[in-house]
Amino acid sequence: MIGSGGQIRPHYRRLTERLNTLPETDFNSRRAAVDLAFLRRGVTFTVYNDSEGTERIFPFDIIPRIIPASEWKTLEAGLIQRITALNLFLDDIYHKQKILKDKVVPAAQVLSAKHFRREFMNFSVPRDIYVHMCGTDLIRDHDGRYLVLEDNLRCPSGVSYMLENRAAMRRAFPNLFQSYGVRPVAGYADSLLKALRFISPRRTEKPTVVLLTPGVFNSAYFEHSFLARQMGIPIVEGRDLLVSDARVFMRTTAGLMPVDVIYRRIDDDFIDPLVFREDSVLGVPGLVSAYREGNVALANAIGTGVADDKVVYAYVPKMIKYYLDQEPILPNVPTYLATNPSERKFILENIAKLVVKSANEAGGYGMLIGPAANKEEITEFRKKVAANPRNFIAQDPVMLSRSPTWCDGSLEGRHIDLRPYILYGEKITVTPGGLTRVALRKGSLVVNSSQGGGSKDTWVLQGEA
Amino acid sequence: MPPLRFPEFRPQATVMLSRVAHSLYWMSRYIERAENISRLLDVNLQFLLDFQGIEDNFHEEHWDSILASLEDRALFGTIHGAADSRNVTDFLALDLRNPNSILSCVNSARENARMIRDQISAEMWETINELYLYLKDRSATEIWATSPYEFFQDIKRHSHLFQGLTESTYSRSEGWEFIQFGKLLERADKTTRILDVKYHIILPSVEGVGGAVDTAQWQAVLRSASALESYHRFYVHEILPWKVAEFLIFSESFPRSLHYCVTQIDGFLCKILAESGTRRRTAAGRTASRLLSDLQSLTITDVLKQGLHEFLMDVQKSLDRIGDEVIQTTMFYPVEVPQEEHQQQQVQQQQ
Repeated sequence: MIGSGGQIRPHYRRLTERLNTLPETDFNSRRAAVDLAFLRRGVTFTVYNDSEGTERIFPFDIIPRIIPASEWKTLEAGLIQRITALNLFLDDIYHKQKILKDKVVPAAQVLSAKHFRREFMNFSVPRDIYVHMCGTDLIRDHDGRYLVLEDNLRCPSGVSYMLENRAAMRRAFPNLFQSYGVRPVAGYADSLLKALRFISPRRTEKPTVVLLTPGVFNSAYFEHSFLARQMGIPIVEGRDLLVSDARVFMRTTAGLMPVDVIYRRIDDDFIDPLVFREDSVLGVPGLVSAYREGNVALANAIGTGVADDKVVYAYVPKMIKYYLDQEPILPNVPTYLATNPSERKFILENIAKLVVKSANEAGGYGMLIGPAANKEEITEFRKKVAANPRNFIAQDPVMLSRSPTWCDGSLEGRHIDLRPYILYGEKITVTPGGLTRVALRKGSLVVNSSQGGGSKDTWVLQGEA
Repeated sequence: MPPLRFPEFRPQATVMLSRVAHSLYWMSRYIERAENISRLLDVNLQFLLDFQGIEDNFHEEHWDSILASLEDRALFGTIHGAADSRNVTDFLALDLRNPNSILSCVNSARENARMIRDQISAEMWETINELYLYLKDRSATEIWATSPYEFFQDIKRHSHLFQGLTESTYSRSEGWEFIQFGKLLERADKTTRILDVKYHIILPSVEGVGGAVDTAQWQAVLRSASALESYHRFYVHEILPWKVAEFLIFSESFPRSLHYCVTQIDGFLCKILAESGTRRRTAAGRTASRLLSDLQSLTITDVLKQGLHEFLMDVQKSLDRIGDEVIQTTMFYPVEVPQEEHQQQQVQQQQ
């Protein structure tokens, strides 16, 4: 919000003026009303500390994050470029593996990835689309450049908060919206349904699309039911489905109804106990056979996790050049691979200055923030990295940009990131907006909801201010 | 496991998952149950206010009879000693160890609603959620310190609001049939129990049938079923035990009478099971049909001859059977998986 010279950036000026005219009691009552609305509407996630889960509202900061049109245009182009390359990469990896043969990406890194599914080699997915929905985490560095922190290509979550945050802000500041020219995000569910229908194996006007949820105990259950409601499709659990003659059916009160497309929010590992984890009680026995026969489509496809492995992430700029012959519009955060001997040496020597991440963890778990860690933690991670280099990468710590946030009665700068949502159907669309997550603890760089993070509404403007 | 048999799929405008149908059914039942327990507690707490100080064991016997009619006496005995207004309120209102306490019912209703919140209107969900939030932080001490009357009033109001919103925001679809079926089944069951309370009450020895206490008790029975005004409109004269029983069992127009409820239950059952009222194909249909014809043809004299308590027990059994059989018929589920592991795996999925 504050530019390099200390002045307020132009697209924040009107918001600042509005807030200055608002008496503090009025401001506080609007904040309280927003929180209460989240609670009443049940916009909550579940935190599991012990065996008992407690529902919490995702802390919400009512100062929006504002992105002017020109900035967004670059972001949008960069995200479309990136998902296009990632999708081509997946198609290549599961077929001819040209990029490995040309030694642009080392074969050993890809084939050893935890989420590489060799069972699906030479399997062709409907319309050649692997990643139908993607949530890419971006940060801005001290020069105001956007960098890609990670890609989420399996079951990215959070999109319901983007939509609910907007609804909350519209209730709290109706007038500001009109005058600011904020681009709407409400088209997301519609685009999602279109993208899902696009991959139906049965070419019919209205294929049957369902959302497969792990169930009501999952922390993102609110989001699953929210999206199903917005799209008007049934939300099903594994036990609601069954496979017979390689066709998927759902158990309805009127008998068994055929299913064409499954928007699954369950990891590959759990989706079919006959093929992956046999102890899974969330999946549907036989689902993979129906998928292989081409009788049902899955979104995202099985095996996309290989491309959001953090080691493979490091090669995405090279993929963009290789497949598209373009320069990456959005750079990666500088990344060191522990598998590379010289970089490993660098990591081990400089671990206290770096951020170290596990290749396949999400939610801010399994990472070390060197500058903030104590001696024991550093020693422990050094041992881990040395013992299993394939499982670790390190990055230069990036000072995430800060955004003014309401903290105990005054506005203070807090670190933020941005997760925009990209849909890949007949064409690729990026919803103008996204989930801005904010690290509410002073000085903290961890924005995950499970670790003290909150969120803000993200305004993408029609114009510049 | 025997092979699963599935009926032919009948294409129709809206399709409903079996699991969703059952969540609608239980959501509706639990809300109705919470309301009935609130009314029963409210009325009887007020009733006993008029009998402060007389005969020490009068209160205890009164509460015992209510616990007996709800089939909760054994469980109550394992938690509390002698029943009094305080601990019965605690047990029936807020104790999670009692699966039928108001709090347990509201939690269950909300958990069912949460599973299917994409299927119900935002208004319905918000009402249940509000009731849940309202109850979440209450304690019995606090309720007693302020006003129990207000407390029960709030619960009943939420239930009425929920039912009214369902009526005005929910499509008349198969889901509607399950919601109504669940509500009416619960309502009929609770009416039998409210009537049965009187069977368990031992009258104070000095006064007999027809005395002041007896009349006050029958009046409490009517009020427990929200039936006092309707009863008076129907029978202008004083409150007579067999008339009260007749009204709550046989009235064709009072919405909590057994006759009225079972007529409705039978209608929704025909729709849910897709069968006609004349020739019944299913066990549930035949049970409902038999119960309805009893309620159409018997008189209060027949019931009293058989014994009111025995008659009410038979009705309860029939209602249970109808509910169980409908679940069996519309539920094509394999064996349930162990809950705990299921929960743990559900928690793990997140990116």
